Parts: sequence; structure tokens; C-alpha cells
Amino acid sequence: MSNSGMNRRQFLQTSGLAAAGAAVVASGSVIMASDGAWALELDTLTGHEGVTLLDMSRRLYPHPSLGDMYYAGVVEQLDGAAKGDGGLAGLIKDGVGQLNSAKGVDWVDLSEGYQLEVLESMEATPFFQKVRGTAVVALYNNPLVWRHFGYEGASFEFGGYLERGFDDLKWAGEPSEDASPKAG
Amino acid sequence: MAKFDLNDETVVAVIGSGAGGGTLAHELCEKGIKVVLLEAGKRYGIDDFQNDEWGSFGQLSWLDKRTTSGSWRVAKDFAGLPAWICKTVGGSTVHWAGASLRLQEHEFKVKSAYGGIAGANLLDWPLALADLEPYYAKAEDKMGTTRTNGIPGLPGNNNFKVMYAGAKRLGYKGVHTGRMSINSRARDGRGSCQQIGFCFQGCKTGAKWSTLYSEIPKAEATGKLDLRSQAQALKIEHDAGGKVSGVLYADKDGNQHLQKARAVCVAGNAIETPRILLNSASSTFPDGLANSSGQVGRNYMRHMTGSVYATFPRPVNMYRGTTMAGIITDESGNDPSRGFVGGYEMETLSLGIPFMAAFLDPGAWGANFAQAMEGYETMAGMWLVGEDMPQESNAITLHASEKDQYGLPAPNVHFDDHPNDVAMRNHAYKQGSAVYDAVGATATYEVPPYPSTHNLGTCRMSARAEDGVVNAFGQAHDIKNLFVSDGSQFTTGGAENPTLTIVTLAIRQADHIAKEMTAGNI
Ligand SMILES: Cc1cc2nc3c(=O)[nH]c(=O)nc-3n(C[C@H](O)[C@H](O)[C@H](O)COP(=O)(O)OP(=O)(O)OC[C@H]3O[C@@H](n4cnc5c(N)ncnc54)[C@H](O)[C@@H]3O)c2cc1C
Ligand code: SF4
Repeated sequence: MSNSGMNRRQFLQTSGLAAAGAAVVASGSVIMASDGAWALELDTLTGHEGVTLLDMSRRLYPHPSLGDMYYAGVVEQLDGAAKGDGGLAGLIKDGVGQLNSAKGVDWVDLSEGYQLEVLESMEATPFFQKVRGTAVVALYNNPLVWRHFGYEGASFEFGGYLERGFDDLKWAGEPSEDASPKAG
Repeated sequence: MAKFDLNDETVVAVIGSGAGGGTLAHELCEKGIKVVLLEAGKRYGIDDFQNDEWGSFGQLSWLDKRTTSGSWRVAKDFAGLPAWICKTVGGSTVHWAGASLRLQEHEFKVKSAYGGIAGANLLDWPLALADLEPYYAKAEDKMGTTRTNGIPGLPGNNNFKVMYAGAKRLGYKGVHTGRMSINSRARDGRGSCQQIGFCFQGCKTGAKWSTLYSEIPKAEATGKLDLRSQAQALKIEHDAGGKVSGVLYADKDGNQHLQKARAVCVAGNAIETPRILLNSASSTFPDGLANSSGQVGRNYMRHMTGSVYATFPRPVNMYRGTTMAGIITDESGNDPSRGFVGGYEMETLSLGIPFMAAFLDPGAWGANFAQAMEGYETMAGMWLVGEDMPQESNAITLHASEKDQYGLPAPNVHFDDHPNDVAMRNHAYKQGSAVYDAVGATATYEVPPYPSTHNLGTCRMSARAEDGVVNAFGQAHDIKNLFVSDGSQFTTGGAENPTLTIVTLAIRQADHIAKEMTAGNI
């Protein structure tokens, strides 16, 4: 649930924000953006498994303008959890195998409709639950992703929102002084 | 801080340092009574709190083994987390949002007011609003509740502005920034709210009342409090005469100690409190302590809850400022023409992106979910909280095989909605959506209940011993030096957030305990 793993990925990353659309490629135990913007080295999963899981994460939570780097965070968490947990590693590897064999075409080459069909058929499996449960935290608990959604996060170090727009909304009109007294 | 001997039989042992236990301990200490306060969690300071939803969750939550059953959706989505409450000095008053409302007069006598409701184990409280009014006043003063004692209301944030505009268009009248135990002005040695917006994560300014930094330090200053943190009560012991004699607890290293006591007050929140009583079964009390009625653990209530979030064409940034920033009270009365008995409150609520992803539609995925998340910046939100029906079958029981880290049976939390709960939630969803539609919502989302934050009724008060567990002072019908001091005492839940009433009952109970001690009855 922490973002400590981000450091390693950022360390490997050579430019600022990864652009959406640049393809993700696998090479051995590394997955990376085809333009070299970021790379992630895996401990337990193969690069191909990593790319498959990254693509699955995007299909689970599709945000077209979010770069692959953020979905790589999900892969990083899964890889980290699988390290030293043979049972989990097996679960993930078998699940990826199922994604790749369900239609006789590699997952990453499947059409969006077929991908959804495969995911729906696997929804009840522990593999699906594990990836979904990991993705929903890893993706949305990333402060860089928050920015995309307009969520500013921690505010204490900036003195709260008292002087930073807690009541700056103008389009709904102002409540009466009675209902909403001025700050003291 | 005082240090009392394990064999000192003159102390009162209080289990749990939250709203009920923390307040009771302080009140007893002010009367010169020696208190050993056993708290399972660690003690943190304001500096330790994190403006980070998951980080704070891991730091403060009660995560001991629990199981769930029943048809409520929480049992499916959060099978191991029936309740979202704290294990830390200060209990869930570290987490809480601060809404502080008195129960209404009719809510103390719902059996009479609502008549027979099939499947509901309704009972009138053995006390009336008038009995509590002087104590409510003391509690509001203690907690610094806004719109009482001349304390101004808080300023409304963006989330409130949206709710206010919609509510007014619908014709609602009781719309304001609420009665909140959050300082709108510096008071009682604590500063005023800086609109940080992480009220659920522990207030880093101390503007929000919590037993952690109000009741407990004051109790320590009396020299009568021995607070033991990371001290988890396992079992309450009794003597041959059937009076309780002490509490067996485990310290942070797992070593067990027996603290002798003149009286024991249990305030572990409404899941742990009955569990401790049940786990204390003996040959004298084979069904658990104070359980001759068979009602210990039963009638578990969690309030009818749900949320409505809505997106708008323009930004809201609801997360800025107080989490619970305002209220609509118009639906809180009892008006059976709506198709249900009892009422509900509508209160603004906001979640950050991490919790929104977890709670908006637990388990959901795919394009619709992602699209809803994309609207976050333009979202406003409200929580719906109303009276739920006590049902005997909604219960905390000891699990047959699952154990906690001390080898004691884990609690199972069983809950099914009563048809009245569903009818009320249905109405509340529609009204909540209508509020936002009235100001041009582009989409509205009906969000299912979160794991329980309000846990009530599992050792309920009753006039007759056969109907409940404790009397009008929270004193066990069966054992006169055993008290229940938290929300477990509630006979029924009312529509209002419970903490003000829990604090009120604790202040009143302290008077009663002192009187009984002086009279030599305990
Ligand atoms: C997110 C959130 C928001 C909330 N907002 C509001 C609000 O706005 N208004 C409102 O009225 N209420 C609110 N509540 C509810 C409020 O927090 C509770 O009603 C109140 O704190 C309950 O008081 P309590 O004394 O029963 O239990 P708690 O405050 O939960 O305290 C129980 C304490 O007992 C300890 N304990 C349990 N078992 C043992 C044991 N065996 N040994 C030793 N210690 C033990 C626990 O660690 C805990 O510290 C909110 C709750 C949450 C979680
Ligand atoms: S918004 Fe106010 S009450 Fe809430 S955490 Fe911030 S300062 Fe405390």
C-alpha cells in the first residue's frame, strides 16, 4: 500500500511524465516504454508476463490519458508480492497463461471486446481478484495519478485548505451567513 | 500519570479509551476515583497522523481477525472488515468526523411511537430525553460543539455549497454547516479548524474533539489515571459471589496480567464489548457475563447508511476542508407516509481518490467505473444516515473455529437489512440524487454502505432484566459492579450520529458510579 516501490521505477526513468500511447515492450525480465521513457525490472515475473498484466490493468481501469508508467506500478506490486511467495507467483503465472490461451491469441493482441469477454469469464477466479484488488490500490494510491484526477492530497504541510480554496466554488451561489458563517 | 498496583482492588478498570471509555475515565478521575484504563491500541500524537488515506488506515484501524455473515453487501466486499473503527488511544474519536446531534424525544420510545414492526425487536429506552438533557448540555460544552454554547458554526466548504444550493431548490429548510465538535474558534486549549480535509485520518491541528487530546490528558492531570496502552483485555474475572473482580489482559509483548478492580466498565465499541462478555463465560455464567437475558451481542445496529456522489459540469474539489461539512435535517423526523418508520440525516462527505476507488462501487471495474473516477474533480458527495431496526438475529457471536492472535474465538458479525432499512435507504438515495439533480448533476452514483462506523445495541439498556443487558445507567442487570459504557448500550439507534449520546451517557454513568461507590453498593 505504500509507494516506496516508485523510487526504483523513477530511478530507471529517463524523462518526466510518460506519454500515453507509446508501446510497452518486454525484454527478458524488464518491461519498458518503447520510447525509453521508463523501465521496470522484475524479480519473479517475466517481461512478457509483466506486459500482459500491465495491459490487463489498463483494461480493468481504463484511463486513456494515463501513461503506461502508472499501470506499471500495478505490475511492480504484483511482482513484489510474488517474490518469496511461491503460491502467489504460481497463481499469477497460471492466470497470465489463461489470459494468453483463452482465445488462442496472445492477450495483448486480442481486440478490446475479446479482452473484456475473457476478463468477464475469469471474474470469480482468485487470480482476477488478486490483480483487481492490487490494481485498485496501486493505481489510485499513486500521488502522481492523483494529479491527473485533480486531487491535491495532503494539505497539512501547506496550512490546510483554509487559505487555499476550500470555499472557492462560485457556480452554485453563496449560502446564507446563518447556514455558513465566516471563518473566525 | 499515576501507576496503580495490579492487586489494588480499589481501582475502577475501564476497557477502551474511545468516546465512551475515554470520557468515563476522565469523569471518574475528576471525582477522585482511581482508574486503570486498558487500551488495546498504541498511543499516537498529533504529529504522527498522516494526510494519507491508506497509510492512516493501516496505522489506526482495528484489524484483528473478524468474520462476517448475512446478506449485507459488506460481508461480500469486505468479508474480514465488518467495521471501520480504531485500535488506538482515543479509539474511533481519532477517526470520527465530529457530527454531534442529540437524539429526538420520540427516538427514546420507538416501540410506542412506531408500534409493532414485524421482525424488529423494538423496545423503549428506560430513560427519556429529559433525563439526558442536562448531560447533553455538559457533553456539548466539553466537546465544543458548534451552534451550542454560543459557538459559531463552521464555514461551509465547496461540497457544502453544492448541497446547500440543491437542498434549497428542493425546498429543504434545515440546511447548515451542522453541529460539529470541531473548533470554529480556538477553545479549550485547542486551535481552530484549518480546513485540512483529513478529519478521518486524525486531525493534525487538534481542532476536532477527541478523547486522545482532550479527555485523556485532563484525566492524567488529576493524578488518578493509569493509562495502559497496548493492553488488550481478554477476559473479565468474577468472584464466588458473582461480582466482577478484575480484568485479564495481554501487554504489548503478549504477557498476561490480572488487574484487580472494584468495578469494571466495558467500552470496546459494540463488537468487542459483547465479545469480551461472551469470552468471559464461566461455570457460574456459562452463557457469558451479564447474559441471563440472552441479549448480549444481539440487536446489532449499524445505522441505515449509504452515500450519493454526483458529478457536475464544473469543478467542486469536495475534498478541501472538513470531511463532514454540512447537514440537511428535514428527513430526520418520523413520517410513516414515506413508506418507513424513523428518519435519516443527509450529511456531506468526501473521500480522497484512494478511498473513492475502494468504496464507490466495491469490486467494480471497467469503463463505467473508470469514467466515474474521471469525474472526481467535479464530484460532490453526501452520506445518508438513519435509524435502522434492531433485529435479534443481527448479532455478534463467537466464531466456532476462527481465533484471534491470543487464541480467543474471533467475533462473527451477522447482519441482514430489515425491510424498513431498505425502504428508508431507497427514499434517501432518491432524495440525495434529487438534491444534486436540482443543481445540474451530470451523473449521480448510489454508493452502498461502507464497513460500519456506527456500531450499536449489542448490550442494550432495558427497564426489565429479561429484555436487555444493562439498566438506564449502563449497569448490568445481573452484576452490579459491571458496566457497559459505549454505544452497545443503545436500546435503539435514532437517526443521529451516536457519539454525542455515547459521551452524554458516559458523563451520566460516572455520576451514578460515584454515587453507588459512596453508598457502598459497589
Ligand atoms: C470514519 C468515521 C467517522 C465517524 N464520524 C462520526 C461522526 O461524525 N459523528 C458521530 O457521532 N460518530 C462518528 N463516528 C462514530 C464514532 O467514532 C463512534 O461512535 C465512537 O467513537 C464510538 O465510541 P466507543 O467508545 O463505543 O468506541 P471507540 O471510540 O471505537 O473506542 C473503543 C476503544 O476500545 C478499544 N478496545 C476494544 N477492545 C478492547 C480490548 N479487548 N481491550 C482494550 N481495549 C479495547 C479499541 O482499541 C478502541 O480504542 C465515526 C466513525 C468513523 C470510523
Ligand atoms: S478539516 Fe478541520 S477538523 Fe478536519 S482535520 Fe482539518 S483541521 Fe481538523
